[in-house]
Amino acid sequence: MSADALTPILLTIITAATPLVFAALGELVVEKAGVLNLGIEGLMLIGAIAGFATTSATGSLLLGFIAAVFAGMLLSMLFGVIVLQLRANQVATGLALTLFGTGVAALVGQGFVGFPIDALAPFAIPVLSKLPLVGAILFNHDPVVYLSIVMTFAVWWFLYKTRAGLVVRAIGESHDSAHALGYNVIAIRYAAIAFGGGMGGLAGAYLSLAYSPMWAENMTAGRGWIALALVVFATWKPQRVLAGAYLFGGVTILQLWAQAQAVNVASQLLSMLPYLATIAVLVVISRDKTAMLMHTPAALGKTFQPAR
Amino acid sequence: MGPRLERRTTPSKRMSWGSPLLAVGLTLASCIVLFLLLGLNPVTALYVFFVQPISNVYGATELLVKATPLVLCALGLAIGFRANVWNIGAEGQLLFGAIFGGGAALAFYEQDFVGLLPLVALAGALGGALWAAIPAWLKTHFGANEILVSLMLTYVAGLALSYLVHGPWKDPEGFNFPESRLFHDAALLPILIEDTRLHAGAAVALVAVVACWLLLARFMVGFQIKVIGLAPGAARYAGYSESGVIWFCLLLSGGLAGLAGAFEAVGPVGQLVPNISPGYGFTAIIVAFLGRLHPAGILLAGCLMALTYLGAETAQIELNMPSAVTGVFQGMLLFYLLAADVLISYRIVWRTATGETS
Repeated sequence: MSADALTPILLTIITAATPLVFAALGELVVEKAGVLNLGIEGLMLIGAIAGFATTSATGSLLLGFIAAVFAGMLLSMLFGVIVLQLRANQVATGLALTLFGTGVAALVGQGFVGFPIDALAPFAIPVLSKLPLVGAILFNHDPVVYLSIVMTFAVWWFLYKTRAGLVVRAIGESHDSAHALGYNVIAIRYAAIAFGGGMGGLAGAYLSLAYSPMWAENMTAGRGWIALALVVFATWKPQRVLAGAYLFGGVTILQLWAQAQAVNVASQLLSMLPYLATIAVLVVISRDKTAMLMHTPAALGKTFQPAR
Repeated sequence: MGPRLERRTTPSKRMSWGSPLLAVGLTLASCIVLFLLLGLNPVTALYVFFVQPISNVYGATELLVKATPLVLCALGLAIGFRANVWNIGAEGQLLFGAIFGGGAALAFYEQDFVGLLPLVALAGALGGALWAAIPAWLKTHFGANEILVSLMLTYVAGLALSYLVHGPWKDPEGFNFPESRLFHDAALLPILIEDTRLHAGAAVALVAVVACWLLLARFMVGFQIKVIGLAPGAARYAGYSESGVIWFCLLLSGGLAGLAGAFEAVGPVGQLVPNISPGYGFTAIIVAFLGRLHPAGILLAGCLMALTYLGAETAQIELNMPSAVTGVFQGMLLFYLLAADVLISYRIVWRTATGETS
């Protein structure tokens, strides 16, 4: 295959990976703060419909993305109140968030099925996009793709190079110690959950405004859960989230490409690939139990009860 | 200065049953708000949603038809949740049960022998258990998270069913619709009350409720499940096999979900179709929590959640209410329930500005 034929494939891999990057980065920060939010699928769906509805009403893609971020944050606060203030089980509350988000998105989205909008257009970076080979692949995307890469570095920088990031990580390792040192565990966890919610909303909006510009019920098709697996796969490291997301984007596009080439395998069987790849990757990464124990935030999923 | 939570010395028994009632009450109150937002008269809407569907015999039996898969799935899930085994892929196990059970019915098409229905049921349970064995094996051997694995497998199971009814199992005389042929009469579950769809699977679900209650209350493995969930340290000290309990919980919940799937296929549906379940496996998670992870509670909760499906159908016909309302209700109910559960372990204390409790 020539480089010219490969370029569109590589381009679509990056677009397919972008929602996963946002969702997984958001969840990574939440988990680094010691909270397990299983509701990303619901957050993404809410973001997808909020973005789509806003854009079709106003005609502005920017407003759509902003609305999606706010909708995700708002919904994640519901999760925050229940797990932080009312100390409910995080696994069950996360599931409730997914069920509720899916339901609300479907209800709001009823009037928007089959509604046309203009998708986010690519923005060629001057000069760089004219580079041979890499130019077309790396520097000819929509602005949100660039944002996903900027966010990856921003999250890495925040977690590992700033004092605030250190506090977040400390809370995720031992909320009791952090509390004893005088940090407000609950407030910081609220902030982390809100960030995760906003990123989940953004991820959903990218699906409905750029990747496949339309609204369909359950259009995330499990991407929120794949993002959760990505965080484990990345051993809670932002830079690896990016690599993992591109790997999954690759699998997704590979199976779509194979379907388009009329490979003699039923399309349903090819569509299983991303889910099976997720399981395979989870198994490979979880096999080393000592390493997993080292990487997993020690307070992940545990309820914080301040001692008096 | 506002409310503050104070830990109770012992969890409140009264609140553990009061909290589901509180959650249902709050959900109904929120429903009224939602109906007003949708521009409906809340009294009519509540009546159409919750009373009208079960105001005649047929409706009441339909409630049991819908409650059957919910109860079967939730029983297994609840036993797992008690041991901190988070199988959330009951939907996939149900679909695989439908594939295996339906497959058995198709394999013996137009044959009539005494063991056919037991064979179909057994195949369904086996299919569900096999599908649940994958997360069990990956969890016990590689430490892979069972939540994510069982959920990913739900998507795979849905695609597998879709593949079968679009391809090898498609009805040759079905005008190219993605459906299997209609099962032969001998492979259909007997109807309990004439002119309704209430099938023998409902009776099996009742037996399963009793069996699960016995398992938890009277058997060693039930005791081990409870200890592992409540005090993992004590369970390790006592030498209980953690991987043994993981296997047991997943195989049991997978088997029950598979049974539910097979019953759906050879019961109310009568053939294999791509969307054989309206998300029973996911709703069963709510049923399990709402029923306090207790078999008797699950029976009641299963009927209540079945009513939300029926109510949505009636409301769609009568009031043109979007069917997505069901999902909103169900999610809302679980949220309220988890929030209200705080009152089991804590009491609310109002503190005055001086710091004294009143």
